[in-house]
Amino acid sequence: MSKRIEAIGLNIYYGSFLAVENVNMDIKPRSITALIGPSGCGKSTFLRTLNRIHEIIPGARVDGKVLLDGDDLYGPGVDPVLVRRQVGMVFQRPNPFPTMSIKENVLAGVKLNNKRISRSDADDLVESSLRGANLWNEVKDRLDAPGAGLSGGQQQRLCIARTIAVKPDVVLMDEPCSALDPISTLAIEDLMQELKKEYTIVIVTHNMQQASRVSDMTGFFNIAGTGKPGHLIEYADTAKIFSNPDKAETEDYISGRFG
Amino acid sequence: MSTSTMNANRSNTLAAGRLRPGVMVSMGVFAVAVPLFVLWALVGNLPNLFVVAFIAIILFLILLGVTSRIVEGGRRAKDRVITTLVVSSFVLALVPLVSLLWTVIARGLTRFDGSFFGMSMRNIVGNGGGALHAIIGTLLITLMATIISVPVGILTAIYLTEYARGNVLSKVLSALVDVMTGIPSIVAGLFIAALAGLLIGPGTTTGFLGALALSVLMVPTVVRSAEEMLKLVPNELREASYALGVPKWVTVLRVVVRTAAAGLTTSVMLAISRVIGETAPLLIVAGFTPSMNYNLFSGPMMTLPVFVYDQYAHKGLPPEAFDARSWAGALTLILLAMVLNVGARLLGKLLSPKTR
Repeated sequence: MSKRIEAIGLNIYYGSFLAVENVNMDIKPRSITALIGPSGCGKSTFLRTLNRIHEIIPGARVDGKVLLDGDDLYGPGVDPVLVRRQVGMVFQRPNPFPTMSIKENVLAGVKLNNKRISRSDADDLVESSLRGANLWNEVKDRLDAPGAGLSGGQQQRLCIARTIAVKPDVVLMDEPCSALDPISTLAIEDLMQELKKEYTIVIVTHNMQQASRVSDMTGFFNIAGTGKPGHLIEYADTAKIFSNPDKAETEDYISGRFG
Repeated sequence: MSTSTMNANRSNTLAAGRLRPGVMVSMGVFAVAVPLFVLWALVGNLPNLFVVAFIAIILFLILLGVTSRIVEGGRRAKDRVITTLVVSSFVLALVPLVSLLWTVIARGLTRFDGSFFGMSMRNIVGNGGGALHAIIGTLLITLMATIISVPVGILTAIYLTEYARGNVLSKVLSALVDVMTGIPSIVAGLFIAALAGLLIGPGTTTGFLGALALSVLMVPTVVRSAEEMLKLVPNELREASYALGVPKWVTVLRVVVRTAAAGLTTSVMLAISRVIGETAPLLIVAGFTPSMNYNLFSGPMMTLPVFVYDQYAHKGLPPEAFDARSWAGALTLILLAMVLNVGARLLGKLLSPKTR
């Protein structure tokens, strides 16, 4: 399962502060979409509105629409919990649950939602999710060891396994490799290519090589100055953004010239 | 290796002189001996050892500082003086603790026997008797106070950290908790006595009222420390849970509280340790009795701290028997608190997040 995301006239506020203004974006299913831009430009904020997890911050709100295969995430009566079951997320710092073993971490989404699952189904789910996250071979002999005992790169892949174990339609990744070494980064990039066959992936990254390597589409966010809202400047094929962007601002950013 | 050859001819310019351990030991002996014998000569009999120790430390500090400054230089001298000060403060802080333990154990052991743990004080006028009624009372009342305070305290802490988001109610609540932690325990006793006077009748004493008074003292401590523990849970774990589509209440219960479980156990145990030795409120609302009472809801109930006080303050004949029971009660109380503490540590270890 993989779903299309459309953002239409999306404004994101923290209290009365407008953080991101008027984003219109059409994210295709079974593709990787990268969001790039300088720090503070609102790309993470935008990403976090795609599964309504920004609402954890008091005062955060949104107007405009985000459609998931045509259903408005912000429509009246929409339960954010159900939204998040379809739109999973991987965070910047690996955050496995410290009280759970590797196996329990993978099953966390199922177990915490009190779903009944037979032992053999659980074992199958653990294996398929860990294989999907490219971690199975490294941990298959110590599934009952604590998740927090793995290396940083392994923990991040464990978090990805945990995310895909609930079978979402969309996976959001907020700088998933920024705390990892190049080898772990490569492992996760390879994994994203695999995941793309089944999921819609949106990734925020500061690493432009990464964006150009892995993504099909790229969106460039920028901010006019401190205290001003962030805008989506340009959104196009990755090849076009990195070779022949329409906007001078994009060109300056990807070539390292600012202003 | 042409550029770095060790210079064997002249002394190492990076090295400075060092005081030999033997020198320091002899300075220490000197610093103790001088005030000891000088005072002995002046007073004529063995002088007060605390005075000797005090003078010895000052003398040792001066000697050490000056010699070290000459031999080793100023920075090293400061280091030595401060180290000596820190160590002697530590020892100073330890003296009353060790002395207290020593006294309680030495005096408590005379009656730390089978009948002390097997008998109440019913129909006992002189020797013999025991504190079984007080031990049972303390356990029952503390257990009841814990049953009342822990849910209230932890739920309040959860409300403050997870749900309140800094609203007006939470600010008022926080301020109240701060005030409540400072309430003198006798006030809690009087408050419950007044309440019971209105509801049941003046002068009522039962174990349950004692538990209520202890709860008044316990709830704020539980709230405050549990709140700190819950705040320590990284926000990333809450986000991770929400991102899996887990509802908020399950996240709070099975991620936040579970991650903080070890800390929460500690805060509950600290709160129990705080109230288990409370005397004043129990004196008022739980009352005195020489007899066993297993019923929290009727009749006065003896507790260990009140037993210790009672045996000490209302001595009969022979007074030594009462003193001995008083000390044995104190020893039992300390042991009880220690057992709880060790139990809490073990439980905490079992619950805490592991990395291997």
